[in-house]
Amino acid sequence: MLKFVVKRLLWMIPSLFAVSFLAFVLIQLPPGDFVTTYIATLASSNEVIDQNTAASLRERFGLDQPMLVQYLKWIWGIVTRGDFGISFEWQQPVSGLIWERMALTLVLALASLIATWALALPIGVYSAVKKYSIGDYAFTAFTFFGLSIPSFLLALVLMYVAAVEFGADVGGLFSSEYETAPWSIAKMFDLLTHLWLPVAILAVSSTASLIRVMRANMLDELPKPYVTTARAKGLSEFRLLVKYPLRIALNPFISTIAWLLPNLISGSVVVAIVLNLPTAAPLLLQSLMAQDMYLAGAFVLLICALTLIGSLISDILLALVDPRIRLE
Amino acid sequence: MADIAITNIRPDRAAVASQWQLIWWAFKRHRLAMVALFVTVAMYIVAVVPGFFAINDPIQQNARATFHPPQAIHFFDTTKGFEFGPHYYPLKLTRDPETLAAIFKEDTTRRIPITFFGRGYTYSVLGLFETDIHLIATTDKAHPLFLFGADRLGRDVYSRTVQGAQISLSIGLVGVFLSLLLGIVLGGISGYYGGRIDFVMQRVIDFVLSLPTIPIWLALAAALPQGWPATLQYMMITIILSFTGWAQLARVVRGRFLSLRTEEFVAAARLDGVPEGRIIFRHMLPSFASHIIASMTLAVPAMILAETSLSFLGLGLQPPTISWGVLLREAQNIRSIATAPWLFMPGAAVVVAVMALNLFGDGLRDAADPYNK
Repeated sequence: MLKFVVKRLLWMIPSLFAVSFLAFVLIQLPPGDFVTTYIATLASSNEVIDQNTAASLRERFGLDQPMLVQYLKWIWGIVTRGDFGISFEWQQPVSGLIWERMALTLVLALASLIATWALALPIGVYSAVKKYSIGDYAFTAFTFFGLSIPSFLLALVLMYVAAVEFGADVGGLFSSEYETAPWSIAKMFDLLTHLWLPVAILAVSSTASLIRVMRANMLDELPKPYVTTARAKGLSEFRLLVKYPLRIALNPFISTIAWLLPNLISGSVVVAIVLNLPTAAPLLLQSLMAQDMYLAGAFVLLICALTLIGSLISDILLALVDPRIRLE
Repeated sequence: MADIAITNIRPDRAAVASQWQLIWWAFKRHRLAMVALFVTVAMYIVAVVPGFFAINDPIQQNARATFHPPQAIHFFDTTKGFEFGPHYYPLKLTRDPETLAAIFKEDTTRRIPITFFGRGYTYSVLGLFETDIHLIATTDKAHPLFLFGADRLGRDVYSRTVQGAQISLSIGLVGVFLSLLLGIVLGGISGYYGGRIDFVMQRVIDFVLSLPTIPIWLALAAALPQGWPATLQYMMITIILSFTGWAQLARVVRGRFLSLRTEEFVAAARLDGVPEGRIIFRHMLPSFASHIIASMTLAVPAMILAETSLSFLGLGLQPPTISWGVLLREAQNIRSIATAPWLFMPGAAVVVAVMALNLFGDGLRDAADPYNK
């Protein structure tokens, strides 16, 4: 087991480097750099910057060096000092801007993950056990609907319903009085009262696909002879389900975390922008639009790293539950 | 294989039926999938000639029709008896004396008949020829029919939704086709040769699959210059979407190749001295083509959702181009959707299209699976 975990951990290193390089290349792709955008912004308000100032700006931010050098400097700063560079637009270190937003992104993703599991597991088992019942058909209809509606559309519709029917503003994660307040119990509670809506929106589509996975897994297991044997020995129906077929059906279910987490984080980007949540997404969009390279790069890197960690956790969990994997 | 899949077909016919014939028979028994197939085909027909199904010119602005509410078509004429006579009533624009807000009221004294296959604005059919015949045409040009209402510039939401089908539905197909090319080549190499190449390719696929797609797409799309022409932009967006989409298909292709590689009929072909290329295309491809087609059908709706999300965020296709995502940008803020909830209609089109494609793909996958009872 230890060997497996160590091997898996070692795999993380090249993956993380690949992700960081990808993030850097992505941010470098747009033609021009931040200084070009900066000059364009100033020009629109009739301010002109001469060539020398532009060149000195480039030099100050290190934009005049080759890309590989810029990348190596950037990654060295992150690894050794946790320094993600400076946000050109905000004129302050990136690390001061991102951590609270990344933490909220993680909270949102984890809450959605838990909600997804808590809903999908019982519903999937129910649908499989009561196959072709009215409940099964209702849940199947829900899953197809959930898979078909884009999450931002669901967010918009719910916002519309909340605003028009209840006169409530459901954007954001905090009430206005807590937005800038330091963390406290009251602020945590306030967060919980706002968190349910984005969590519900994100959980709909991921629950839909997980229900189908769980139902299919259970349907594969239920007709097997060991279930009949257990039933013949007089085990109660509930204990029978939980003790045997559910445990085996859970295996592919756990491996789904690997793609569920990227999906949730990916989906949360759009939902967060629509609902204007103080997570990473709105700032990422803004920094991409403004070509604020280091800020956007830090977000893309951290979001990708988060999903890599998610697949690591899912692999380790899978090895814990299934001895065949860790002995391979 | 034949005797389990088909129950109500005469066994002597099933024994000689081709694989595609068997799949079609199995598919036909799946009623929901048949409905989905019908809806999918209907939507793609609309996407081929959107101009024919549109009523008003989708780019025509109308200052007197800002946030014009939807109108209903009345099919039966009840003024004298009860006879078929499709018509609608024009809405009269008045202003609230205090707030100056527009108030639209149905004017039931004036009946505007509609004609089928009548004449309207001129449009081009796939760039081949021009015509002005429409499925539904109004007889009064001064009072256009707004089936789904109008947006903030007085443009007809129904005609724009119909027009948007062309881009949104085709981007799914083109994107999946590109992903499939990449997926088949890379997955095929990985599965066919196995060993070290397979190991490296597997790591690459795992890596691509573990990436969160939307931030990557956003970053790539932000790199596109804003001033590019619409067709180039369209091509770039499809390439961006297939950049992460190929991995899923590559994984499917690889799995199939790996399992087929050890089959007796492939070994037999190799012992007979059949060249590699012929083994792949003549012997192996037909046995997994149906499965690949089913996976592709399921990938199309994902592409459509992706394009919609990107364009909605303003990083996909840009406004003069009409796609469902671009149309939904109109519904971006709470103020405009509170005054004009019909701006959600393109969203309804997305949901219907994606649901139909999902159900169709699901049915196809079940039908194409020879072990499915």
